[in-house]
Amino acid sequence: MTSLRDGARALEPGALLAALLALWWVASHAGWANRAFLPTPEAVLQSLADGLNFAGPGRGELASFTGHTLRRMVTGWVLASMAGIALGSIIGLSKRARAWLQPMLEFMRPLPASAVLPLAIALFGLSDGAVLCVVVFGAIWPALLSTVQGVASVDPCLREVAAALQLRHRAFVLRIALPHALPDILAGMKLSLTASLILSVVGEMIASQPGLGQAILLAARAFRAGELFAGVVLLGALGLAGNALLALVQRRLLKWQSALLF
Amino acid sequence: MRLLTRALQAIAVPAVLLAALEWVVRTVASGSDAIAPPSTAAMAWIRAMGQAPWWHATQFTLTSALTGLAFGAGAGLLLGALIGLHPRAGRLSALSIELLRPVPSVALIPLAILIFGFGLRMEASIVAFATFWPVLVLSQAAARGVEPRLLEVAQGLQMSWTARLVKIVVPAMLPRLFIALRLGLGIALVVSVTVEIAANPHGIGYAMVEAQQSLAPDELLAWLFWVGVLGAAINAGTLALQRAVERRMGICA
Repeated sequence: MTSLRDGARALEPGALLAALLALWWVASHAGWANRAFLPTPEAVLQSLADGLNFAGPGRGELASFTGHTLRRMVTGWVLASMAGIALGSIIGLSKRARAWLQPMLEFMRPLPASAVLPLAIALFGLSDGAVLCVVVFGAIWPALLSTVQGVASVDPCLREVAAALQLRHRAFVLRIALPHALPDILAGMKLSLTASLILSVVGEMIASQPGLGQAILLAARAFRAGELFAGVVLLGALGLAGNALLALVQRRLLKWQSALLF
Repeated sequence: MRLLTRALQAIAVPAVLLAALEWVVRTVASGSDAIAPPSTAAMAWIRAMGQAPWWHATQFTLTSALTGLAFGAGAGLLLGALIGLHPRAGRLSALSIELLRPVPSVALIPLAILIFGFGLRMEASIVAFATFWPVLVLSQAAARGVEPRLLEVAQGLQMSWTARLVKIVVPAMLPRLFIALRLGLGIALVVSVTVEIAANPHGIGYAMVEAQQSLAPDELLAWLFWVGVLGAAINAGTLALQRAVERRMGICA
């Protein structure tokens, strides 16, 4: 009997999801909301299949758009993470650097990164470079600030240990400071990934670059709600995949941390 | 004296960078339509602050941010508290939340345009979606963190549901709720400006796009600085509020 109860428990999370999907199906078929902005689930699946070229005479456009957005997101994120971690370590390790730079960095933290998009377009035109610039600018702050935080919070005792062992500065950074800061750095990189996805989408919408952002904007203008929802689903999938991968990496790299907390 | 040196240290590097930018723009890029010297931008800022359109735009952005935050954070708070207090509800909804949360709020801009057209409701709905999820997750954590013994006390005293909520659960959640509020306000401002830049022809973001398209780089830079000031002011204000609440409740951070 307990196995039945356990089985039911395992299915519980799916139950709410199934209920929501059923509600969507009923709402769209009964016409509770205008069909122009609430398509039926089948229409969305059809658009997804067409766009990803699984079935039907689709042109596989959604697949290529997804590829463009993914490329932009990952390139921007990798560049921003590398720059953020490098700069963050330098700034975080030096008390004087922090005293001079921290207020300016804290001022930049709440600044909406998309606010520099008009400036980037003015400087670089409606180009891929402008969007990538904005993505890197927006994604660098979480990585930078969390690296500064993580590196600056190294216990003074650890510094004393390093001095006692006569560790050179580079050894101290690589063996003590960065591993100590790794949880903060990974958390910052997670935020950077979210920011880079959002800025890629916004950049594509404004600068008319090929990608999912432009695709869903055009779908809305043409009142093709199925394609609109398909694009949104794909963007959600991108975000989900990115988060899941990073969570996996986090668990792997931070295994030593949980092991210490028996 | 300490405060003065700290203040000077804070503005030293930005001042040097601005001076460098000023020099570069005036010599290398003079007559450019894309960028203006910071001094010209500062004068444009002072000029514009005395005129009504500046404040209309600011008011629109702030109103839509706060409206969206009220709906999104309000719903997130209620649902989060509910899910946090009942583990079964938490288990039921975990999968749905994990699937719906990663959708970027900006992806819903075209849908919101379809439903609401342009204007306040469209922007507020996107802000509500964007602020709902982080507040939901944080409220759930806050509700789960309520000391179980307090709930047992409530049960022992046979308190009604509302009394339990108002007298025990909400005060216990309050410090984390203020953190969630600070996060939500930051997100609300960022999403508002983003929606205005992307689509909505109102508010600060649209003013920036207009400045860029009408080749007025001094106004563009003035707006950019203003957005930074607003964001920093809101962040500082909510941080002060959060610290004040924590002090009242006797929490040393």
